[in-house]
Amino acid sequence: MSIKQKTLDLKKRMQGALLGGGVKAIEKQQSMGKMTARERIIALLDPNSFHEYDLFVEHAARDFDMDKKHLPGDGVITGTGTISGFPVCIYAQDFTVAGGSLGIMHARKIAKIMDHAMNLKIPIIGINDSGGARIQEGVNSLAGYGEIFYRNTLASGVIPQISVILGPCAGGAVYSPALTDFVFVVDKISKMFITGPEVIKSVLGEEISMEELGGARVHSEITGNAHFFAESEQECLQQIKKLVSYIPWNNTKKADPFPKKAPKIRQYKIDDIIPTDPREPYDVRDVIKSISDDSEFFEVQELFAANMVIGFGRINGDTVGFVANQPLVLAGVLDVDSSDKAARFIRFCDSFNVPLVTLVDLPGYLPGIDQEHAGVIRHGAKILYSYSEATVPKVTIILRKAYGGGYIAMCSRHLRADFVFAWPTAEIAVMGPEGAANIIFRNEIKNAENPEQVRQEKVEEYKKKFANPYVAAAHGYIDAVIEPGETRRFVVHALEVSSQKSELRPSKKHGIPPF
Amino acid sequence: MENDKNLMTESNDEKFITLVVNEAGYKTLSNKMNNNRKPYEPADPSKIKSFMPGNVPEIFVEEGDQVKEGDRLLILEAMKMKNILLAPLDGSVKSINVKLGEKVPKNFILIELE
Repeated sequence: MSIKQKTLDLKKRMQGALLGGGVKAIEKQQSMGKMTARERIIALLDPNSFHEYDLFVEHAARDFDMDKKHLPGDGVITGTGTISGFPVCIYAQDFTVAGGSLGIMHARKIAKIMDHAMNLKIPIIGINDSGGARIQEGVNSLAGYGEIFYRNTLASGVIPQISVILGPCAGGAVYSPALTDFVFVVDKISKMFITGPEVIKSVLGEEISMEELGGARVHSEITGNAHFFAESEQECLQQIKKLVSYIPWNNTKKADPFPKKAPKIRQYKIDDIIPTDPREPYDVRDVIKSISDDSEFFEVQELFAANMVIGFGRINGDTVGFVANQPLVLAGVLDVDSSDKAARFIRFCDSFNVPLVTLVDLPGYLPGIDQEHAGVIRHGAKILYSYSEATVPKVTIILRKAYGGGYIAMCSRHLRADFVFAWPTAEIAVMGPEGAANIIFRNEIKNAENPEQVRQEKVEEYKKKFANPYVAAAHGYIDAVIEPGETRRFVVHALEVSSQKSELRPSKKHGIPPF
Repeated sequence: MENDKNLMTESNDEKFITLVVNEAGYKTLSNKMNNNRKPYEPADPSKIKSFMPGNVPEIFVEEGDQVKEGDRLLILEAMKMKNILLAPLDGSVKSINVKLGEKVPKNFILIELE
């Protein structure tokens, strides 16, 4: 055979493999409103940047007549490419090939591209669309999942790991996304659960639809398993591109800087956002936008535990992670979910050299038997742990209330914030004036002729004395009381002078955070 | 995912709740987790509940029977396991709310003792 003929033969082989499960299966995938695995990769990556590997991998199943079947690429597409010039390793499960089911060769392809990502020190993106384990391959299929989970764990904190759920992701398969840093879901397309509706019905007699059990909305609002919710696959891919622009290639690098831009101060007037009454709500995201570059804020887990706001922005061109109590939702209290949400984000930022800017305005922890029994102690401790552990530059701004345990938890000086600033509206105290007056002056109030009047007087007295930033300032617990309009200037400077920060910690194998 | 929507608009006014923390009331919005909170119910050992959905293939007692702590009351078959429910205290069977072979949901009061 001449080279020409051999090349022709290669082309023919490639054409077959590139068709995946064939024209019919592709039509079926598209009729469900879904892109094919290859279309997804090409839409996400820069034009012509995708390079595919292991196209000719054959499946290894020999039982149940599987040896007579041909599964192109064994149902998964792997390769490398770039997103806005940013290199990534990527894989996408191909639902048109045996339902994207995971056999040992399919798993080996994923493991191989993950190993590449680790060696090349670049992010890994996994697009999940699979019916689950390939039952015909038995324990080999389980071995495949295990190999992936192990790699996910080793890669954690070394390279950013992104999971995209664009179809079913059920049973053991859910644990790879769960181990990764960011999970993207799309309304009506993503489905994640351990046991599906049919098993639940047959075993427990309870009826529930796939969407209600593990749809995109459920994981974005209730379980917190997902970080980004999109209405369509196109929107989802745009979100991934945006996220990638905020994070570094690996844990030894910083995110690429962007051109510096001032906030849109006409739209976000920092002096007008906060009501002076500490019991009145406002949207803390407006404060974030009043200090971030171009008033941009890329929110993470927007729909989950909205009493805590987390996300990325830029200050003078460099990525920062914002963590803020949200007075608009549940008064910004800490609870089980909001603690988990913040703690995980803080650890991501610390692992990947993203400085933390914390905005504080909270009345404390959410009271309730359900919260206590759900382990608010154990969950709340995660925030203390992750802030204390973080050695990236940490800047804290106390906007209004900082009471009790909430004050300590929200990156206080005591957990080693590098800079703590407070607005003149800040109230830094062991608890709110109402509660404190009732305890301190209990006897005076009880024995008074007019208890309600005395109570009011005592609340006012306490407010005047303690509901301000100056008591904490007098102890040196905050570094400066600043005008709201000065916030950006102070944050910019604080991050500038912290750029070479290095903090030594006792050597250990690893800590034991209160999971 | 509309990032620039302003939740502080007047249309939200009727949705605001008052959340009390340390004796101060805060005007704020609720969320799904808060809406789904259920009031706490103290455990009542005299009410024998199904700890998971299942069916009841066998009942060992009748209404009015005297039972001692540890006596067998009925079998709750769930997840392919036959679970024998025992009397948690001495007393008499006040009522049996389930028939032989019947399917019951979770937390259904099967038997009441007194």
